[in-house]
Amino acid sequence: MTHNKIATGVKHLFLIVGAAIMIMPFVWMLLTSVKTVGESTSLNPFIFFPTVWKWENYVEVIQQNNFLRLYINTFAMMAIRVACSLLFSAMAAYAFARLNFPGKNFFFGLVLFQMMVPTQIFIIPQYLMVDALGMRNTLFALVFPGLVSAFGTFLLRQFFMGLPKELEEAARLDGCNIGQTFLKVMLPLTRSGLMALGIFTALFAFKDMMWPMIVNTSSNAATLSSALAKIQSAYSIDYPELMAASVLAVWPMLAIYIMFQKQFVEGIATSGGKL
Amino acid sequence: MERVLQSKASRRIRNEWYWAWFFIAPTIIGLVVLNIIPIFQTVYMSFFKSGDFGKSNVFIGFDNYIKMFSDAQVWHAVANTLLYTLLVVPVSIALAMLLAVLLNGKIRGKSLYRTIYFIPMVAAPAAVTMVWKWLYNTQFGLINYGLGQLGLPAVNWVNNPNVAMISIAIIGIWSVIGYNMVLLLAGLQEIPRDYYEASEIDGAGKWRQFFVITLPLVTPTLFFVLVTSMIQSMQVFDVIYMMIDVTNPAYENTVSLVYLFYNNSFKYSNKGYGSAIVMLLLVIIMIITVFQMKAQKKWVNYM
Repeated sequence: MTHNKIATGVKHLFLIVGAAIMIMPFVWMLLTSVKTVGESTSLNPFIFFPTVWKWENYVEVIQQNNFLRLYINTFAMMAIRVACSLLFSAMAAYAFARLNFPGKNFFFGLVLFQMMVPTQIFIIPQYLMVDALGMRNTLFALVFPGLVSAFGTFLLRQFFMGLPKELEEAARLDGCNIGQTFLKVMLPLTRSGLMALGIFTALFAFKDMMWPMIVNTSSNAATLSSALAKIQSAYSIDYPELMAASVLAVWPMLAIYIMFQKQFVEGIATSGGKL
Repeated sequence: MERVLQSKASRRIRNEWYWAWFFIAPTIIGLVVLNIIPIFQTVYMSFFKSGDFGKSNVFIGFDNYIKMFSDAQVWHAVANTLLYTLLVVPVSIALAMLLAVLLNGKIRGKSLYRTIYFIPMVAAPAAVTMVWKWLYNTQFGLINYGLGQLGLPAVNWVNNPNVAMISIAIIGIWSVIGYNMVLLLAGLQEIPRDYYEASEIDGAGKWRQFFVITLPLVTPTLFFVLVTSMIQSMQVFDVIYMMIDVTNPAYENTVSLVYLFYNNSFKYSNKGYGSAIVMLLLVIIMIITVFQMKAQKKWVNYM
């Protein structure tokens, strides 16, 4: 019995040390963000906590980089990408899972093919298209590559294939056409799949840095991720202000994650597991 | 009578076709415009030299590829990318596996641990890299302060060409552990409890159970995690871009293929050369993936 207790203790010790390593950078980010430059670089004595909490760092960073604009850009991009990829992927996924039509295998082959190719191969032509349309530095440019999703189509197809056929047949006998069957009967049953895809899409859009950096170079059209890259080169050594900017870029997604942690973790587990 | 039925049936079939085509239309049109055509364009552009402002492209045949194969920086980037992958993938999967096994049993605070380990996954890589760069700071960084307290010498984490790749890999491992752990944990939970109970009756210890039951039965998930994290690592960009600028002495030892692609395509606006580099990346990823698909038959157990 005591042997078991020691084993459990060692387990917890290991897990707690690991958890501390996971959280520590965020704590340090927060603590540094409210220090003065002098305090952040004072070594003797080493200061973990700021003596005076200098919230002005935030005010300065927000004013100089128009953070309100960055939040709007980022969340508008995320919302539109999630809406488009959920709608279009669900439609296509249902057709691939349940309907018979000429060209089905060929078109599904296209979906699989897209998933196997590294995304960087699309970037230059996508940039040239946005440029040719005169749409650089717009919300459209941010959303453009994420309008449809091969991954989403594949993922939701797996969910539709797992649903019993009887439901559909019953709906059809009741006089629903294919569109109504899809919308009213099948779509509500894939809620967990839609949730998983929505979280995955939102997270990917939020973290993506290269595309917004390429296509929206004006600071008014940037996203949180791409703006940070610029801010870093502008502030180079003022670490408190850099950390304030980082906190401002990290907290919204962190807050959403804490609120919906179960859905996040399970969404990622199912979307990975279904592949 | 028969004919009426037949035409009714065929009308129903056609009706299904129209609905199906309507349903797939947005996705297929999107994929063709956004992905399929761009693949051909990238291949096509890799045979051109982009003129200034990208307007006057000159056909140069295989010159971009010839230039690429004699470009030392490209070979450095290939080596760096492979090294990064070799550092991040095995370590992150091993640690994630350990955590997943620890959390799979009856343990208090399971969901709290899971939540914490997953946190780096929801943070923007740009922000994450900035705080790590600050932790790595030679003079004022927390890590070197800690080393100093232990009586160890300070390390130049960001600018030393021999160390920088390890610093980058640490960030990569730290970022991805939680994600891999969640996937592996889901895989572990699919293993039927009876197997463990049966082996306990047979007197098997914890270690033996791990190697005889857990490890073989989690191989399908392990394979999935391995393939996806290798492909992800081969495309590493954000962390290196944020941490190492072009003037950093460690640049040659850390620049990845995608970073080089970005610099050539958008910084030096030579999109032809950038396209050739991305084709090289495609070929390398394809080779690795085909190799893994072949190797999986030897070690992955599908129940």
